[in-house]
Amino acid sequence: MSLSKPNTLRSGPDERGRFGIFGGRFVAETLMPLVLDLDKAYAAAKADPAFQAEIDFMQRDYVGRPSPLYLAERLTEHFNGAKIYLKRDELNHTGSHKINNCLGQILLARRMGKTRIIAETGAGQHGVATATVCARFGLPCVIYMGATDIERQKPNVFRMKLLGAEVIPVTSGTGTLKDAMNEALRDWVTNVENTYYLIGTVAGPHPYPAMVRDFQSVIGSETKVQMMEREGRLPDSIVACIGGGSNAMGLFHPFLDDTSVKIYGVEAAGKGIETGEHCASLKGGTPGVLHGNRTYLLQDDDGQIKDGHSISAGLDYPGIGPEHAWLHETGRAEYVSATDKEALEAFQLCSKLEGIIPALEPAHALAFVSKIAPTLPKDHLMVMNMCGRGDKDVFSVADYLGVKL
Amino acid sequence: MTTRLDKRFAALKEEGRAAFVTFITGGDPDFDTSFEVLKGLPAAGADVIELGMPFTDPMADGPAIQASSQRALRNGATMKKTLELVRRFRDGDNETPIVLMGYYNPIYHMGVETFLTRACEAGVDGLIVVDLPPEEDDELCEPAMRAGLNFIRLATPTTDDRRLPAVLANTSGFVYYVSITGITGSASPEARNVADAVARIKRHTPLPVAVGFGIKTPAQAADIARTADGAVVGSAIVDAIAKELDSEGRAKPGAAERVLGFVRSLADGVHKARAAAAE
Repeated sequence: MSLSKPNTLRSGPDERGRFGIFGGRFVAETLMPLVLDLDKAYAAAKADPAFQAEIDFMQRDYVGRPSPLYLAERLTEHFNGAKIYLKRDELNHTGSHKINNCLGQILLARRMGKTRIIAETGAGQHGVATATVCARFGLPCVIYMGATDIERQKPNVFRMKLLGAEVIPVTSGTGTLKDAMNEALRDWVTNVENTYYLIGTVAGPHPYPAMVRDFQSVIGSETKVQMMEREGRLPDSIVACIGGGSNAMGLFHPFLDDTSVKIYGVEAAGKGIETGEHCASLKGGTPGVLHGNRTYLLQDDDGQIKDGHSISAGLDYPGIGPEHAWLHETGRAEYVSATDKEALEAFQLCSKLEGIIPALEPAHALAFVSKIAPTLPKDHLMVMNMCGRGDKDVFSVADYLGVKL
Repeated sequence: MTTRLDKRFAALKEEGRAAFVTFITGGDPDFDTSFEVLKGLPAAGADVIELGMPFTDPMADGPAIQASSQRALRNGATMKKTLELVRRFRDGDNETPIVLMGYYNPIYHMGVETFLTRACEAGVDGLIVVDLPPEEDDELCEPAMRAGLNFIRLATPTTDDRRLPAVLANTSGFVYYVSITGITGSASPEARNVADAVARIKRHTPLPVAVGFGIKTPAQAADIARTADGAVVGSAIVDAIAKELDSEGRAKPGAAERVLGFVRSLADGVHKARAAAAE
């Protein structure tokens, strides 16, 4: 008897780590055996109910999950269109969705017997989440962070240090997230025996994009259940911001086969896509290979990687997770963008109307919501992932608004 | 098919000495100086030349080679110009093998078939593409082999006996043994560990084995040359180029000649290694 192949968009990647042509394992030979080991270890952990039980327990008692699905009445009233729900992942311990992934990976690293954790960080949210789980499990932690980002995210740098992590400023290249990732890869190549590289987004060589997505999918799975409880049906649209794209992938993945649900990813358009100063890899980039995977990249005519620009350090990455590249090409998700200015407006609007200071990253998602929600009928159910809180951003926002603190 | 690399390694075997393999980045610090150094390498004792294709994000390289890429890019280096360096070199030298070394993205962006056609026309003999493991062979390795280019693979201390056959399967020209787990230009390898590793690789392949990563002095080069078929020096030469820049980052007069003088001292170490050992 042969089973017919299920008709699903959720079965990727294939055994080579590909989503269509995207993804893969484009790494130096030194790392290849490690990447293969990780693949095996993750497959074994995934099949072990004890591993999932450990994650569930920590998600509940340490992270504070499930995060609420909150009806944003005043935003809904203000936009006078779609009914807006916020998935409150900013209420997680450490203040963003990043902890979901860090928890899964640190438990995996422990299973693998690794004794040292390294990570890269842009805005510092992933660095803080990594330093947090390292403190919790007593593992030494080294965070690579671009010198430029250290300057604009000082509170998070101090947080990481309080948590016991060593923060190494990266000055090579242009001193931003992509360079921090290069340095982390160099560290991993040098310390292959004991070190676990805890990547913070749905990028990198296979199995990282799939693994990080799986750990973040708790966002979408909870949303589904909560929406059924609240409204008795699925949402009509879901929205999330995208740098590397981990919070978005986590929200989107459980909904990929629910074709009635419209999916929007919001990239950072910086000063405007036409100015060239942006981080919109899908809207303003082309396919290429970087950091272990094929995906859309910001690059010049010679295939050299260009620096992204965004008011938000967390979206400031010249690539995007390969599964997003695939969802973009297949048309299952629609990718749009919001500028620095639009995000700043949404940042202030949300603070004033809902008493929620969003991080600049989800402020981009909200900026798109503010454009589309007024055009939609009142029975349209829209969920936006509030993936981080804005405490870390208040200084730089004050600066942008010309307010002296 | 016998390539320039095959011929060169066969001739050296005949002579009983190891190959001195030099690395410079194409266009570092600028096109003209880079060409002067490139052109002078064979006379300075280089048996095989690795020419780096500049890339903004060289993840497996250390600070020296990353800085060389940035210098070259700042001064207008492109893939086309790197190939132009090779074409001009071939006008005066039809014997010394040239291997292009770098990362996949600039090649992928140009288009694999276009790149291979242009590389062959320019007179390139082989490719080392750091971020293409055997798992991705259909991307570039297989098309390159069909185009008549050698595809040289890196083997590392983490490449165990189980994995070696896969790594060696589509490798030709020579095998590049990365003597340490780390980035280019970092810690120097222990000669004894290297000898064991070379012997291990040779149990799996008849190809010559060249050793690189962390070789900085003539004495270290000589050590490696006693046990391997070739010694690769990169970061040390690139550092010598960096020292020849004025405060505005331009090459000082006579820069190429002095860099080639340093290359000559390294070459002497490699070429005399086995003679000295025999005494």
